[in-house]
Amino acid sequence: MAAKSLREIRRAAAAGIGSRRCFSGDAAAAAAAAAGVAEGKVGGGAGKEVNLFTAINQALHIALDTDPRSYVFGEDVGFGGVFRCTTGLADRFGRNRVFNTPLCEQGIAGFAVGLAAMGNRAIAEIQFADYIFPAFDQACLRYRSGNEFNCGGLTIRSPYGAVGHGGHYHSQSPEAFFCHVPGLKVIIPRSPREAKGLLLASIRDPNPVVFFEPKWLYRLAVEEVPEEDYMLPLSEAEVIRKGSDITLIGWGAQLAVLEEACEDTAKDGISCELIDLRTLIPWDKETVEASVSKTGKLLVSHEAPITGGFGAEIAASITERCFQRLEAPVARVCGLDTPFPLVYETFYMPTKNKVLDAIKATVNY
Amino acid sequence: MAAAILLRRTSVPFTSHIVDPPSRDVTTTPAELLTFFRDMSVMRRMEIAADSLYKAKLIRGFCHLYDGQEAVAVGMEAAITRSDSIITAYRDHCTYLARGGDLVSAFAELMGRQAGCSRGKGGSMHFYKKDANFYGGHGIVGAQVPLGCGLAFAQKYRKEETATFALYGDGAANQGQLFEALNISALWKLPAILVCENNHYGMGTAEWRAAKSPAYYKRGDYVPGLKVDGMDVLAVKQACKFAKEHAIANGPIVLEMDTYRYHGHSMSDPGSTYRTRDEISGVRQERDPIERVRKLILAHDLATAAELKDMEKEIRKEVDDAIAKAKESPMPDTSELFTNVYVKGFGVEVSSEV
Repeated sequence: MAAKSLREIRRAAAAGIGSRRCFSGDAAAAAAAAAGVAEGKVGGGAGKEVNLFTAINQALHIALDTDPRSYVFGEDVGFGGVFRCTTGLADRFGRNRVFNTPLCEQGIAGFAVGLAAMGNRAIAEIQFADYIFPAFDQACLRYRSGNEFNCGGLTIRSPYGAVGHGGHYHSQSPEAFFCHVPGLKVIIPRSPREAKGLLLASIRDPNPVVFFEPKWLYRLAVEEVPEEDYMLPLSEAEVIRKGSDITLIGWGAQLAVLEEACEDTAKDGISCELIDLRTLIPWDKETVEASVSKTGKLLVSHEAPITGGFGAEIAASITERCFQRLEAPVARVCGLDTPFPLVYETFYMPTKNKVLDAIKATVNY
Repeated sequence: MAAAILLRRTSVPFTSHIVDPPSRDVTTTPAELLTFFRDMSVMRRMEIAADSLYKAKLIRGFCHLYDGQEAVAVGMEAAITRSDSIITAYRDHCTYLARGGDLVSAFAELMGRQAGCSRGKGGSMHFYKKDANFYGGHGIVGAQVPLGCGLAFAQKYRKEETATFALYGDGAANQGQLFEALNISALWKLPAILVCENNHYGMGTAEWRAAKSPAYYKRGDYVPGLKVDGMDVLAVKQACKFAKEHAIANGPIVLEMDTYRYHGHSMSDPGSTYRTRDEISGVRQERDPIERVRKLILAHDLATAAELKDMEKEIRKEVDDAIAKAKESPMPDTSELFTNVYVKGFGVEVSSEV
């Protein structure tokens, strides 16, 4: 997780940011209009260098400020939360809009769905993604009520992923479980600027969103983040590095690993195209397909165990769409099929060297 | 000296919910009091040492310390046998010691070494001891309680005349799964004792901010309950003895242990943002479980102040020696990453593609 690679990603993000089209969901447009956010102006302004948790914090301030029907709640969020993402919110917006809940994840999720069903923006925090399982069965309302009700105002934020020494219950990446729920959106940002723009878009999206934040990057990732209100588009992948020999796809903290691999292989004359999927469902198949049609090779990488991971879904879809243009089997570099380990975390993880080996094997297939 | 029986009244009366409380008069012996003093002091010293090891980065990840709550682990153990089961959450180091675990395997586990009680694969939150029916440390708030009721079901099914003590905190008391587990246990009259270790803060939130009724011993509604001074080791012993008999004869009971943790919730919590330093020092001065036993020992002339000091010095050395020994233990073999996932020879081997 070299700072260098993060800087690279940062540059790529800064270069691409002006050209992105604005997100334009109904609620988002309304919220943006209310907040005086001009359509088409997506985070173009200059900002300060901040880390990822600060970017999240800014987004939450803006979300509460621009929509009086928005609420932030979860375990210990009142005093700032364990990762400081909610610092200052209770002081500024009061205990009626920013509040601690009891320790009851199923209750938090169910309560959030109810609050959202009444037309509010419920921004709930599950303290660690590993704690989300008791909340599992509280989900989509729109379909089963024939659109009579919906919980579109729901956003559940939760820190996910490895942190170096978290052991089993503070390190997991449960995104694939939620990608199996039609009606939900699953978003994972890779950097502070991305986190702020995607979180604001998620909060204002008229669909329920599960937003996983890479906790490894909360303090580690630092980049310039516009102070203003801006949104980044959901369901739109981003090509953050152009290349011609192989397409690499990842999300969240894994992008930094992939970026390093891209630089290393470039020295060997291999040109990698790197894509940040950003939204896992519904995902941007077109961007990935276009890239794989060009390169003929695909590598997917994520921290979650390989079997049944979201990489499998991408591999299947792209094989279906690009079968005749694929020149090698789709490679997956993922977590091992073991419970998340306390010791030997680095062996479990889809590290740069594993990615490099897989790139070479695929390119030389 | 050892044979002498002492009679002692609990510090405060028991408060009960739909059950007659046990007597406040507790019998003990000089030997038992000295053991209590020693065991609690070892636990205290271990947790303080764990704090230092954590700060020295020898313990990584997540770590929750028990100092302040020692009387619950020690008093409970004195009332039951190792055939009874205990299951708790992530604040589990001292429960492991109480069940007969040794310092070396505790420290080794904390540091992720082979000699650890979970062979270095569990860490702070996942201590286990099968031969003493300690079903462990669990990382998810409240999730261990339904599991504990399953243990109690097995005990009843096997007609073992033993019981399970399922421990949880005041924070976990608001989890829905607790009530599901209570209903099942009451319905089937399982020998389950739900022990709420009420240290008054669920992570950083005071009990009254999180619970409409912080009278946790009454939260079982149709299940009897007993509120106990969890800083009084003799009261804990009396309550657990009573609860075990009750549970085997009649089914579940809730014990609320009024206790206090001196450290923050975990190592990332300084423990002083949501409560005052005065509150913490007040509890230390007035209710500390070890100091209470020290006073009792001195009042009955069971040992001199100097003898107790010597014992503490000896404990300090014992803890230091255990740390040194634990540090000598190697990291688990790298192959351990792939063991204990599936049972070998049943058609599944752990696979890794890369």
